[in-house]
Amino acid sequence: MATLLNMGPSPHIRTSETVESVMYDVIIALLPALFVAVYIFGIRALVLVVISVLACMGTEYVCARIMGQKPTILDGSAIITGILLAYVLPVTISIPTVIAGAIVAIGLGKMAFGGLGSNFFNPALIGRAFIQASWASAITNFSGISRAAGTFRYDVMMADGMAGPTVLTAMKSGQSLGAAIIKNGNPYLQAFLGKMGGCLGEVSVLAILAGGLYLIWRKQIDWKVPVITIGTVFVLTWIMGANPLLHILSGGLFLGAFFMATDMVTRPVTSLGRIIYAVMLGGLIALIRIKGGYPEGTCYAILIMNGISPLIEKYTGPKKFGEVKASGK
Amino acid sequence: MSFFGFKGGVHPHDNKAQTKDELTVLLTAPKMVYIPLVQSNPAIPVKPLVKPGDSVLKGQKIGDADGMMTVPVHSSVSGTVKKIEDRPYPVMGAVVPTVCIENDGQDAWAELSKVEDWEKATKEELLAVIREKGIVGIGGATFPTHVKLNPPKDVTVDTLLLNGAECEPYLNADNRLMLDDPRSIIEGIKIIKKILGVNTAIVGIEENKPRAIAAMKAAAEGTGIEIQPLKTRYPQGGEKQLIKSILNREVPSGKLPSAVGAVVQNTGTAAAIYQAVVNGVPLIERVVTVAGKAVKHPKNVKVPVGTLFSEILDFCEVDRDRLYKLVLGGPMMGLAQFSEDTPVIKGTSGLLALTKEETNAYETRPCISCGKCIEACPMSLQPLRFVQLTLKGQYKELGPANLLDCIECGSCAYACPANRPLVESIKLGKTKLREIMAKK
Repeated sequence: MATLLNMGPSPHIRTSETVESVMYDVIIALLPALFVAVYIFGIRALVLVVISVLACMGTEYVCARIMGQKPTILDGSAIITGILLAYVLPVTISIPTVIAGAIVAIGLGKMAFGGLGSNFFNPALIGRAFIQASWASAITNFSGISRAAGTFRYDVMMADGMAGPTVLTAMKSGQSLGAAIIKNGNPYLQAFLGKMGGCLGEVSVLAILAGGLYLIWRKQIDWKVPVITIGTVFVLTWIMGANPLLHILSGGLFLGAFFMATDMVTRPVTSLGRIIYAVMLGGLIALIRIKGGYPEGTCYAILIMNGISPLIEKYTGPKKFGEVKASGK
Repeated sequence: MSFFGFKGGVHPHDNKAQTKDELTVLLTAPKMVYIPLVQSNPAIPVKPLVKPGDSVLKGQKIGDADGMMTVPVHSSVSGTVKKIEDRPYPVMGAVVPTVCIENDGQDAWAELSKVEDWEKATKEELLAVIREKGIVGIGGATFPTHVKLNPPKDVTVDTLLLNGAECEPYLNADNRLMLDDPRSIIEGIKIIKKILGVNTAIVGIEENKPRAIAAMKAAAEGTGIEIQPLKTRYPQGGEKQLIKSILNREVPSGKLPSAVGAVVQNTGTAAAIYQAVVNGVPLIERVVTVAGKAVKHPKNVKVPVGTLFSEILDFCEVDRDRLYKLVLGGPMMGLAQFSEDTPVIKGTSGLLALTKEETNAYETRPCISCGKCIEACPMSLQPLRFVQLTLKGQYKELGPANLLDCIECGSCAYACPANRPLVESIKLGKTKLREIMAKK
């Protein structure tokens, strides 16, 4: 009798795609925003991102060891959380605050639920929500750091000796946009390129779009989620009498719509569910921004929608093949 | 190109180049053949008609079973019955009674009774011949053909579809048959049309086999049999997917294709029907694609039923050191074999000697809800739910989750980046669910 061969069920071949390759695709897509952040806010932006990533990976490693899991900190998911957390913080944030946020993001937002794939909420946003709840002023302080030979807004602002508003704050509180947009000229173009105040990864719509298109091309995200989310915000802010174009170009909307609302683990997995999710998300963002107390609503809107996601999923299963009448020919 | 299509499916690399242009070669019948006394349904025992010491002729009936749901067993060589013993059977990973015949090398045929003029024969006569000659679906499932060609009286069948899609990667057995012997297939189709009493017959072939499409078109000229190119997409050859792609009819959940007026047959089965009816030849040999990176000389070989895999692997020079998995059939739905000492049966379309790199084996990771399994599912199901529920032991909920609609094509597992145990869970889930349903 010949030697026993390897058994195992079909299929006996599989795609070359792995969890890692999916995650690293997302990381690649996040890089353009990093370049822009460093260009606009200086090297401190890079330092914050690296610290946030390392803190996330470290937290995951420690939690996994405590939980008796095999640590898989290189699967890319902790790196993504680290990058995203840094992206939704201002460049002025203190390093201990970033680390605290990272510990909460991974520890409470992900590992407490059981690790990769088991969490209900986007870990990076849990981290941001924690920081916002604990150090509210730290997260809204967009002043203090300037590029060495800066041409941008922070110099102007520092000369004025006052904290500059973001575009959304300016719109909310009726300040002039000139203080929020770094250079004179077309405010829409400045906002699109990222020449304005804001969190690290949020400022440049162009950079986020570049990464987002890459993910759509790689079939890692469903284009309908960002398009519908952003579209809904546009329409609703317009209806509510705000400047819709400036609304979608500023704040965390693009980053949230392309990189957080599409987060595989926390969005509905069904196709119809994702559409409903995106519409509701866009609605919530517009509501919080226009009617709520914060100038920005993306973070909380996504967290709320993450919570509703399983419910949406439950009622939006695809119509199975063969769900037709027997006589239907 | 078919205008319609089915949702889902995957695009594995077809890997057909290895053997696509390899002419079919005849394997010299081995010294010993091992013919399992099992046919289609393992629950129906086949009674041997020979005993050790008997001499048998090629094509001689050596076993038969009662009932309609099975067909007789024939010898694929002439020689002497050495023994009848339990041996590995490729489908259940089990052992079954097997007739071991020593080949005398004479190639002496049994007398072959044929139908003189099949056009004058009745449907019943033709079905009886098809059963008697041991014809089963040779696409892999080995379902008795005479049963499939005799749909329930209360349905109207208007269309015969021929599956020449061969959507499984690596395989070229049907492709070669369509290239080498399209006449037999076309003649077989005519016979099936008469049995079913239908006017329409359409052969679906995936676009990645342009030469087979051309050869079949040439052979079908003037017969009214249509050749329909299909998109290259797995599982295009699935019965329900084929019907959707060609006819745009959706087989209702839990029903047979005849519910929408269609009967599907494999092209190879059509050729076997022609051989049986017109030449009186029982189904005792078939084309097997031997491929995979561990094979030095990938080939399409015509082999007698009962030839051990080891003979074929030796013939094609398989590097045993690189051989990681031996698969019977295609890589998507084929069955891994634990032993080379297992014989070719009527449904053996391929024998794949895969290396470890080729299988892309990867440790199972947590589900990240990417939804790629849902996208890939040609039945529009949610495979990730099946794993969740099965792993939690919530078998009862698998019913409402439509588990029984799953055709086990493996598209979901192919597409899963986390290498989740999708097909395993589905198979286990189906067993458990059926147990629960049986208790009610």
